[in-house]
Amino acid sequence: MTDTASTAEQPEAPAPDPNAVQVTINGVAHTARKGQLVIEAAAEAGEYIPRFCYHERMAPVGKCRMCLVEADSGRGPAVTVSCMVQVAPDMKINTESPTVKRMQEGVLELLLANHPLDCPVCDKGGECPLQDQAFSHGPGESRFVEEKRHYEKPIPISELVFLDRERCILCDRCTRFASEVAGDPLIHFTSRGNNTQVNTFPDEPFASYFSGNTVQICPVGALTAKPYRFKARPWDLDQTESTCTSCAVGCRTVVQSSRDEVLRYQGVDNDAVNWGWLCDKGRFGFEATNSESRLQGPAIRSGDGFTSVGWNDALDQAATLIKAAVAAGGASAVGVIGGARGTNEDAYAWARLAHDVIGTPNVYAHLADALRSEILEMPRATINEAASATTIVLLAPDLKEELPVLYLRLRDAAEKKRSRIIEFTARKSGLSKYAWKSIVSRPGDEVEAVRQALTEPEIAAQIAKGDVVVVAGKANLAALGTLQTDAILKVLEAAPGAKVLPAYRRGNIVGAVQLGMNPGPGGNSTAKILADAAAGTVKCLVLLGVDLVSDFPDAQTVERALSSGVSIIAVDTFLSPTAQRANVVLAAAAAGEKNGTVTNIEGRVQTVAQKINVAGTSRPDWMIATELAARLGKDLGFTSVDSVTEAIAASVPAYADITPTALKSARDGLLAVPTPSASLQPSGQQAEPANGYDYRLIVSRELYDLGINNQMSPSLAGLARGLRLHMHPSDLERVGVADGASVRITTERGAKVVTVHGDAGLARWTVWMPFNQPGGSVNDLISASGLVADARIETV
Amino acid sequence: MSRLNAANLEIAREIMSRYPVVRSATIPLLHLSQEQNGYVTREAMQQIAELVESTAAEVYGTASFYEMFKFEPIGKYCVNICRSISCHLVGGDDLVEHAEHVLGIKPGGTTADGLFTLEAVECMAACTEGPTLQVNYRHRFRVTHQDFDQLIDDLRAGRLDAEIPPHGTLARERQHIPADKAAGNVSPDTPITPAWMEAAQ
Ligand code: SF4
Ligand code: SF4
Ligand code: FES
Ligand code: FES
Repeated sequence: MTDTASTAEQPEAPAPDPNAVQVTINGVAHTARKGQLVIEAAAEAGEYIPRFCYHERMAPVGKCRMCLVEADSGRGPAVTVSCMVQVAPDMKINTESPTVKRMQEGVLELLLANHPLDCPVCDKGGECPLQDQAFSHGPGESRFVEEKRHYEKPIPISELVFLDRERCILCDRCTRFASEVAGDPLIHFTSRGNNTQVNTFPDEPFASYFSGNTVQICPVGALTAKPYRFKARPWDLDQTESTCTSCAVGCRTVVQSSRDEVLRYQGVDNDAVNWGWLCDKGRFGFEATNSESRLQGPAIRSGDGFTSVGWNDALDQAATLIKAAVAAGGASAVGVIGGARGTNEDAYAWARLAHDVIGTPNVYAHLADALRSEILEMPRATINEAASATTIVLLAPDLKEELPVLYLRLRDAAEKKRSRIIEFTARKSGLSKYAWKSIVSRPGDEVEAVRQALTEPEIAAQIAKGDVVVVAGKANLAALGTLQTDAILKVLEAAPGAKVLPAYRRGNIVGAVQLGMNPGPGGNSTAKILADAAAGTVKCLVLLGVDLVSDFPDAQTVERALSSGVSIIAVDTFLSPTAQRANVVLAAAAAGEKNGTVTNIEGRVQTVAQKINVAGTSRPDWMIATELAARLGKDLGFTSVDSVTEAIAASVPAYADITPTALKSARDGLLAVPTPSASLQPSGQQAEPANGYDYRLIVSRELYDLGINNQMSPSLAGLARGLRLHMHPSDLERVGVADGASVRITTERGAKVVTVHGDAGLARWTVWMPFNQPGGSVNDLISASGLVADARIETV
Repeated sequence: MSRLNAANLEIAREIMSRYPVVRSATIPLLHLSQEQNGYVTREAMQQIAELVESTAAEVYGTASFYEMFKFEPIGKYCVNICRSISCHLVGGDDLVEHAEHVLGIKPGGTTADGLFTLEAVECMAACTEGPTLQVNYRHRFRVTHQDFDQLIDDLRAGRLDAEIPPHGTLARERQHIPADKAAGNVSPDTPITPAWMEAAQ
């Protein structure tokens, strides 16, 4: 007892880390982690073990045997597959012994036995793990003199991907990706033994939204992407890291170009967002940047057409139109709409121009396709928080169609049993089959559906566990989002600590909203601005990369506005159907042509980078706004894109820490989230019950549509599935039509004849149509102005 | 008619009920469809995919691993003659040649009347009894050329109908598991003891 005091003074030895495992790698001691694979532990210790089949983001399968090492766990060295075996205490690992070397040579000789060795004509040559590792670890010569295996040279396995089975080393990466990551097991090993090959079901293509990833992870040149085939050699490519802006997930990419043309996007693995994956729309949408139809410079209307003019003339003309509108109707006679297509800097400059220079409150970024911006003021979840939450509540559009890589992350959360998904929807979505509960209810009943679900003890208990993330978005373009918002608030009421991940879709929509593309006092939403234009009180519209004609869910209001004599300034990359109606067209720089930052749904600010020169004389939006401001008598003070980023940091509290310097060292970007405030209150409104004849109408988007970027990307343009109408199979019977027949749909706005299909994923008495598809528009049938929309369905 | 007919669909549902994980029924269902049509049709694979909640590519990938599943129409009798070493030493290859001559087809071919498909195959695990052949996977041992001719005659005349069912039928006695003994499909996450295990306890 006497030395108690002195013992107490001794510093306590740090508790041994229960997860640490001591190993030796090539004679050097290394602390690995419990459960870690030998291949990973070695990589951490600086020893790269060659591999083909192993991929950090997928389960190991031990297919290729390239990663053999010698491991000694006390019984002498034994040859071990390092991607399948976990580290054990005191394991001695040797990655370069003569035995290992001989085995690596042997494995490579076998892998190459059937390989056609057509590197000179192979797209992968120069960046091919098989080529590289044959060079670094191979025997140099083959003893195989027999006839190699032969297959028909590349066969298309989808619209986007070609497969050369002779080159395939059967590593199972593409097939594992398809089933394990994408959930689209449409490619599989077929046959057996020497005939084993990757293939689809005969004549059923690998139609996955994520197919391009297989091309990126194939360790040989077996899978090639149509848009890139024979376009360049890796050593000709110049690259820069950037962020995809095709949707608001914000996947990290590298943009690769050659001779001032973007040729390829590759996914970059970051922990926060996309884990290396991209969707095909994001991966191949760069084709639009290269399109010959890009606007090459500004133009002003003359008669029915346009005359190309210099920037000075165009900007003068634009300034004149704005001044005339202000003179005639005050500042609020100018409406500024859009801004999600550009960067944070673009949106901020336009917001400053609108609010500070013109002084109009009529500024709006959404196109009646999103929930009110106040959801950005709710406690925000990151994607990682959502994908590891105990419970994920989905009150959102189909994420597979609108935010594809978020779908991958949430699917993974459910498949790996980290999270339970509770989905409330009017139509089964891509995530429904992974959901713990998928509750289908008719539009109009969403609040009641949530209320009822919460009274079920099992669901209530699940929510009560806490750690809830609500993915919140507008699921139906045919109606207001009011009831959806009420349903979301109902969930939040039951789960007070819950966080929200906004399911906003447009590229930089969150950045645009957070940086001021919002109405000022007395300002209006896009729908109201357009109505005011039709009524003549709004006299000038500034359209920032928005194609109202095809992309606004109320064609009648758009048409009335555009034909009211309102003057239109369109800032765009293409002469879209809306830009064709403009008085002044200002050519904007596209993705890949400008530097800056963007903000994704979680509020993560990441950089986008310029890789090629702009098309013609196009300019980044921030520059156009700055010059226009100067013509309206005010210097915004922006001289470079960095100066805008700095101005944002200086004046927008959520972005205070986001400076060009800080971004340089932030591998995963930086979060900019406004301080939460509970500004949204339930509306308490209720939808009129539908009458006995009508069907509730749901309109939503699919990944591929007539969006201008999609259509200007030749590889994607043909993928839109086309207009059609879905109803529950029992409703088909009720109407008395067969699957595939035609029906007439009549709404308050008009009527149309469409092909009908049975869809058991719909609630009874509900019909669904996709938005903006080839074969006929839907926006002339809807107004997005009621709590619900109804339609009559009749035989023709 | 190449999807499962109503009677077989009912059998399919019973087969599916035997497995805790419904996907496990893939191969039994492939056999069932082969029994119905003599070979595995495209439509059957698509239907099986729907039934066991996988994709047609997965069903085809699994099925094509196995030599016994055929994806093209095949003769009523599939005649497999062994050409591996033990049989070869006692005249296996001669038997193949003889069969080609008698049937007028090459290995892989089917007679015009749709009765016979000839295949030259690897060891059938009866090496002490060579030359060996199988008709619809029913063995014949130490087969002489006369034996072969007799066999073909008998098959043509229907004298072996009782012994050798048409291609696709594995067994005439169908296994039947009463509903209360079936495992029932349960999610692997559900801590439910399958019915048969419960009964055993
Ligand atoms: S195609 Fe490529 S990724 Fe797929 S198994 Fe073959 S080598 Fe592997
Ligand atoms: S999910 Fe969105 S951000 Fe990611 S690659 Fe696809 S379009 Fe681009
Ligand atoms: S990388 Fe380990 S077996 Fe392929
Ligand atoms: S070699 Fe013919 S059965 Fe074995």
